Parts: sequence; structure tokens; C-alpha cells
Amino acid sequence: MPDRLSGLGVSPGIGAGPVRVIAGAVPEPPAGERHPGDAAAETGRALGALETVAADLEERGTKAGGEAQDVLTAQAMMARDPGLAELAGQKIAGGSSAPRAVHEAFGVFREMLAGAGDYLAARVADLDDIRDRAIAVLLGVPMPGIPASDQPFVLVARDLAPADTALLDPAKVVGFVTEEGGPTSHTAILARSMGVPAVVACPGCTALAEGTVVLVDGVSGEVRPGPSADEVERARSAAAARTAALTVTGPGTTADGHAVPLLANVGGPQDVPAALEYGAEGVGLFRTEFLFLDRTTPPGEEEQEAAYRAVLEAFPYVVVRTLDAGADKPLAFLPAVADEPNPALGERGLRMLRRHPEVIEGQLRALARAAEALPVELLVMAPMVADAAEARDFAGLCHAAGIGRAGVMIEIPSAALRARDLAAEADFFSIGTNDLAQYAFAADRQVGALSRLQDPWQPALLDLVALAARGAGGKACGVCGEAAGDPALACVLTGLGVTSLSMSPPALPAVRAALAAHTTEQCRRAAAAARAARDAATARRDARAELPGLAALGL
Amino acid sequence: MAERRVTVQSEAGLHARPAALFVQAATKAPMDVAVGRPDADPVNAKSILSVIGLDVRHGEEIVIIAEGDGADSALDELAATVTASGA
Repeated sequence: MPDRLSGLGVSPGIGAGPVRVIAGAVPEPPAGERHPGDAAAETGRALGALETVAADLEERGTKAGGEAQDVLTAQAMMARDPGLAELAGQKIAGGSSAPRAVHEAFGVFREMLAGAGDYLAARVADLDDIRDRAIAVLLGVPMPGIPASDQPFVLVARDLAPADTALLDPAKVVGFVTEEGGPTSHTAILARSMGVPAVVACPGCTALAEGTVVLVDGVSGEVRPGPSADEVERARSAAAARTAALTVTGPGTTADGHAVPLLANVGGPQDVPAALEYGAEGVGLFRTEFLFLDRTTPPGEEEQEAAYRAVLEAFPYVVVRTLDAGADKPLAFLPAVADEPNPALGERGLRMLRRHPEVIEGQLRALARAAEALPVELLVMAPMVADAAEARDFAGLCHAAGIGRAGVMIEIPSAALRARDLAAEADFFSIGTNDLAQYAFAADRQVGALSRLQDPWQPALLDLVALAARGAGGKACGVCGEAAGDPALACVLTGLGVTSLSMSPPALPAVRAALAAHTTEQCRRAAAAARAARDAATARRDARAELPGLAALGL
Repeated sequence: MAERRVTVQSEAGLHARPAALFVQAATKAPMDVAVGRPDADPVNAKSILSVIGLDVRHGEEIVIIAEGDGADSALDELAATVTASGA
């Protein structure tokens, strides 16, 4: 086991706990793979693996109880199916290795079920899951899916998909470590919103043995296996000292009194308490996908209205982003997007909604009604706006639904370059720095190897932000991307002319303290220094040199 | 050889929970048990994958077959798992 692993710290804090690995796809055992000769022993291995899986499913069922228990019991019965065991045994007698024989035996039943009615087709996924579990046991690789655990753990994965993380119990996760991903990957965003330390782009982490205790430092990016109690204690007290320095409260403002509203990014009503706790002045990005994912029929307008109201009644100012879906975030109730070679460049965001106007019109009506009787300023914005025509169309839809303030997200370089044209059509801007970096650098957000190009300190990204802020021509131009939650960068963005900052709630205190420690003039000088640099590292260093208050805060 | 012809009463047909109960009962029987539609080859009643693969719906008729000592009582018990409409 290596002494220490190192990656990119993307969510601050110290976490320590045993490793649980989420495996990626279990590999298909190669066709024609044969066992060394002892068919009886090999059959024993295959049946043993199936029994291990069955017993595990049964145990989970007992713990879960209720309807979940029925489902898991039936799955356990499938793993113990005598027909399956017999088929696998025949294939092993014919020379197949146990993993291959199990794979093929499942294949026979899979084909039978896949060809029949809807109910049976749905069982195919269950069958695949059991098959992958059995093969994982045989190959000695981690079980697929989110691990079950009674103890808090450090979740380790190649990368996390939104579907994986939807089922996570936040009380159980003390840290995230992924092999891939960058500062704006789903893992990073999720970890920051949960306030859990996270390290991404950490090579070798999935080779950590299950149960190994590791120390995760979400600032330095270090992951240390087998830390002493002393080390964990020291790391924790250093992190606590840093937190203690961040005692500023109240609305966001620079040292000379220039107001920069500090807002929260929220993913649904469940995030409201954290936003209030950290003193958000409003919501700068209310993502609405949570209502639409994982369902086969769209939510009704009444259901949407109730969910929106839960957020709108908690704050005086809320910016809602309409549904952001596409091949990267598919929705079961919309026809599948054509097989796109580059989903990030395909029909996503507003582009997708223009093809399904009933979905966006219903959402806008529900939003307008949710805000009706409340003393809230409601602003609604569209994701992935490319040009003035799209901004105009979207504003028209909003106004028709009775929504007064319609804005656009600046996530595509074309929108930043022609911000002046867009400002003539939209009431406000919000810059999504994650996607803006992805498109400016042609670097997929989920590809860890490209994390250098997703660094929000890249001067080219800062140039685009400056263009958008200037092009807004006096209209509000906030940042709701991950850049806003970096205390030093928050000062730089303010210096570039950005009017509000929206971030994961746990990032608010550090940003508030950083702004309060510097004047507008210092922010402007830091912005100029960053833009004068030729690379991200120099931009960060030169900007920080203009922001002397950061060091005193331990930021 | 003993057999029973019964109409499946459970709303879910011979799927989900009813199928699991049926197979669990079959597994307890000491002899081989087969199940199928009257006009087709029966399958192993102890195999949940084979049983749900029959795709028997609510209101369909099935034949359950067993042979040997205790076959009658085993078949009665099996028939009861699918004729109880509450299952």
C-alpha cells in the first residue's frame, strides 16, 4: 500500500474513516476463458459466489424491511435459482471458467426475460445486477453500486454519476475520493454542497483495500492510508483553527462598503436549512432537476408549485434555473436524445426545452403561481443560451407566464462575447463558470486528465467573465459557478465587475470574510493582476499578492 | 403423477411476490415439481427465473405437476399460493 496518495482537494475539511469502494462496471469475462481442469472445484467456486451474493442480498433485505425486503428476497432467490446453477455447472463441465460460465448462464435467462413483457424486461436489470455481483465475487473485485454500511465511511470511486449519489446517505459519508473528475465534476459539487471533504483526480485510489482507514484532506488533496490517531487530531485542529478565523457575519460587502450579495446554490428544498445557517442573502441558483430525474412521467404543475414554494418562501430573492437536461442528464419521460457523439455539445439545456415546449411552459406557470402570494423577488433563467435570439425567445416565454425578470446563464463563449446583444433581451446574467470553462477550453468537465484546463483561474476564463460583466451594461451579472466559492477568486470576480456571488452554502463564510478583508480597489488590482498573467498558477499567485488579508484568515 | 389445474387469482399474476411465494413453497416440497400452461411444456417450479419467465397473468390457468409420496399435499399447498387473491 502506498504511503500517501495525492489528488486535487476540491471540498475543504478533514475526514477520516474506512474506505468503501464503488466499483465501475464489472468486466465481462472473456469468451472462451477456460478453467485449469478441476471442474468440480470450479463448480464449487461458481455456486459459492452465487450463494455469497444471495446471502448478502437477504441480509440487506432483513435490514431494510418492508417492500425493499420483498424485492431483495426475490433477488436472493434468483441468485439461488437451481436452473441457473445447473446451466453454469454444464458450462463448467464443458471447460468454461467459473466467471464465464456464470456470465453465460445468466445470459440464457436474460434473453428469455428480455424478450417478454414489460414486467419481465424490468427484471433484466435485476438479473444483470446479480450477475455482476456474482462475477465480482469470483474475480475478487469490489461489488458494483453504492456500498451498504452501518459505519460512516470514505466513499472511493473511479467517478461518481448523479444516479449513484442520489441514493447516498449524507450522514454516512465522511469523505469522497475519486480517481477522475475535476474541480467542477459532480463529485466536487456534491461534496461541497454536503460540506464533506473531497479529493478528486487521485490516481490509484480505487486500489485502496476495502476497510482501510484513510485520512482525507480536502484542501491539500492528500489521502493518507493508516493515519495515527495523533495525525487525525492534528489535521482536524488545523482545519478548525481556519474555520474559527471566519467570524464575519452579515451581508456580503467589501472593506469599503461595496455590497456583493452572497447567495446560495441549492438543489431543492432539502438544501434550504444549510443556506439559511450559513447566512445566504438569497438563492442565486436553484436547480430544478431534482423534480424531474428518475421518473417516468413529468411532475404535475401542482407538485412543482409546492416544491418551488418551499424554497421561495425561505428567501427574499431567488434565481431559479429552468430544467437543465440532455444526453448528459437524461430524463425518462422525454424521448431519448439521439445518440450524440458529444453530449456536452448536443441538445441540452434550453435547446432541449425548445423541443418540448410543454415542459418549460408548465414549469414557468408553476413558478409564477408559487411566487404569487409571497414577498419574494423571483428571477428565472435558462441554461445554455448561445445567442440573443435564444435569450429573446426565453424572455418571451417567461413574460407570457407572468414572470417579470427573465435572465440567461452565460455558459457558452458566444454568449460572453456578445453579452451586449444578450443584455438587450434579458433582464440579468448569471455566469456558470464550470460550463463556460468546459466550452472555452474544449475540455470535458468529467475528464480528470483535463483538470488543468478546468481551473477557474485560467486567464482566458477570467477574460470571458470580464466581457460578460461589462456587456451587462448595468444589469445584474452574478456568478453561480464553482469559481464564486473560492475566497480569493471571489475577490477577483468582484474586481472584474461581477455583482453577486452564489455558491454551495458551506463556502459562504470564507468568501464573506475574504471580501470583508479587502477594498474594492484591492479587488480590482487583484483582477488586473490575474488577467495580466499567462497561466492559471501565475494568475492565482499574482492575484493573491494583491489580497494580503487572505493569509491572515488562513485562506 | 398428480396434477392440479388452477386459475391464477393474484393481481400481479405469477410475478413479483406471488411468484416468490409459489417458488418458496415448491422449494420446500421433497420431490420435483413442474408448472406450465396447459398446452405447453412445463418448467421447474423451483426456479424463480423459469417461473416468472412463463409470464403468467392474472386470470390465466396453470397446471402444476408432482410425483411421489406427499405429492397431493404439496400440490394443494402450491395451488393455494396462487388462488388466494390477496397474495
